[in-house]
Amino acid sequence: MSKRLFVKGNEAAAMGAVAAGCRYYFGYPITPQSDIPEYLSRELPKLNGEFIQAESEIGAINMLLGASATGVRAMTSSSSPGISLKQEGISYMAGAELPGVIINISRSGPGLGGIDASQSDYFQAVKGGGHGGYHIPVLAPNSVQEMYDLTLHAFDLADLYRTPVMLLGDSVVGQMKEALVPNPRPVRELPEKEWAVRGKGSAEQRVVKSLFLGDGELEAHNWRLHAKYQVMKEKECISEEFETADAKLIVTGFGSVSRIAQTAVAMAREEGLKVGLFRPVTLFPFPEKALAEAAGRAGRVLVIELNTGQMVEDVRLSVGAAAKVSFYGRPPGAGSLPSPEELLDVIRKNYDQAPQ
Amino acid sequence: MQQVFKRPQSLKDVQTHFCPGCHHGTIHRLVADAMDLHGVQERTIGVASVGCSVFLYGYFDIDVVEAPHGRAPAVATGVKRAKPDNFVFTYQGDGDLAAIGTAEIIHAANRGEDITVIFVNNTTYGMTGGQMAPTTLVGQKTSTSPYGRDKSKDGSPIRMAELMAQLGGVAYSARVAVDSPKHVLEAKKVIREAFGYQVQGRGFSFVEVLSACPTNWGMNPLKANARVGEEMIPYFQLGVFKKEEA
Repeated sequence: MSKRLFVKGNEAAAMGAVAAGCRYYFGYPITPQSDIPEYLSRELPKLNGEFIQAESEIGAINMLLGASATGVRAMTSSSSPGISLKQEGISYMAGAELPGVIINISRSGPGLGGIDASQSDYFQAVKGGGHGGYHIPVLAPNSVQEMYDLTLHAFDLADLYRTPVMLLGDSVVGQMKEALVPNPRPVRELPEKEWAVRGKGSAEQRVVKSLFLGDGELEAHNWRLHAKYQVMKEKECISEEFETADAKLIVTGFGSVSRIAQTAVAMAREEGLKVGLFRPVTLFPFPEKALAEAAGRAGRVLVIELNTGQMVEDVRLSVGAAAKVSFYGRPPGAGSLPSPEELLDVIRKNYDQAPQ
Repeated sequence: MQQVFKRPQSLKDVQTHFCPGCHHGTIHRLVADAMDLHGVQERTIGVASVGCSVFLYGYFDIDVVEAPHGRAPAVATGVKRAKPDNFVFTYQGDGDLAAIGTAEIIHAANRGEDITVIFVNNTTYGMTGGQMAPTTLVGQKTSTSPYGRDKSKDGSPIRMAELMAQLGGVAYSARVAVDSPKHVLEAKKVIREAFGYQVQGRGFSFVEVLSACPTNWGMNPLKANARVGEEMIPYFQLGVFKKEEA
């Protein structure tokens, strides 16, 4: 039995990484995620691992690329402007099919922005971010426990699909403290890393690359990557539902705002309003089918995000004509986190318009 | 009959695709020779960079990781930290190492990463068609300095081997050329020595190799080769700038 701990979300993610067998971390300080490198700079040397504070986010992601190419479990973490810098390396890792975990405790933007809880990097995270038309799995925790659990899951996904995986949180889930039971799950069955460079010995040469110059080679490579994303869509969607069975209005939101939304949904239920919450845990692959089912039953979906509207586009694509979609956004700014009462008010207004 | 000259074991038996008069083939040969001498081929992981040098894996019979433009020293850092028993080297051009990758090379060197960097300086961006590089000589015409490099506007050609020698983590820094048999033999000795530093775990070693790019210089191979001696060596002085004693 694991003990219950009282820790910050960022620490929980770092503990999850250690539990997953990650012994190599490369990063560059940026608020609000610096607890992660601070924790790992203390812990990894004790485990014969390596912590390097890189010269930049670009340096860090490329150190991750190099370490991952040797087959070890490795990771980096950063926050929005730093993730922008890492996009070059993420694209190369996606192209070369290298695993690796990237924790993004996002902040507000564009530009320098601020350190408020924000969800303005949804597009960047789920639509590729870097060049070349790739996707990476994106996981959105909404609790300290999930910061730990989903970090473990991220390492498995990375190895299973040979892809970088992003854990997308914000300063609420990164900085808040709550109970954590650090129980490592059993690892999924994972393939041998027969592609990893190791010094060839007397065996065949191995090359990790994203350059494909032969006739038709790059096209074939891109179709293969595409097929991999279709498998993820089929097998790796995770979502959570709360009171959706008889709901006439589905509220949806990811990460930290889903916690506030859930409180508002519970308050609405007390008033007798048939409202449910649908929370995507994987943002790529987006849980299209599960959302479409819940939304089809209800006929109406309200999307709540800490931005001016990004995930709402994927919601619309998922539900199509099966439900009406409305949006309520609070882009970041000091004190702009919505209260449950504020969201309850929005729910009431949308509920009144719900098809009977 | 005794065989006195043969292809190094670390080099594949393939035909070169580089332009006539290009020095990559010579430099590959010297690097492979150093790998053979130290017996590291089987545990070597090469890091290829962007530009003509990316084709490392087509010539060397070793495992290779391809790095984004300029980032080879960071990639090599990750490789070496994860696998300290492997022999790790990067092979980078001048645009790659001395422009976009200056942060990565300076900090990998300053950390004293136990890797070896082969820096091929031909004063131009080769694969992209001969644009101005940080190493382009003052007055040299390129496709983006059509009136010649202007020091007041473009700055001076950067001398990387000397710069490397200033950094605390660097154990070995040298500049060689491959324009003449004498220089090739010297380069061979220096590259062997630089590799030896890593084999002994003595820290970061760096070898700058002056070489020709006849196609982009608009010269025939012989003239391009002569230019290395006549124009490049007077500015980019040959020699060993740092050699930490054991």
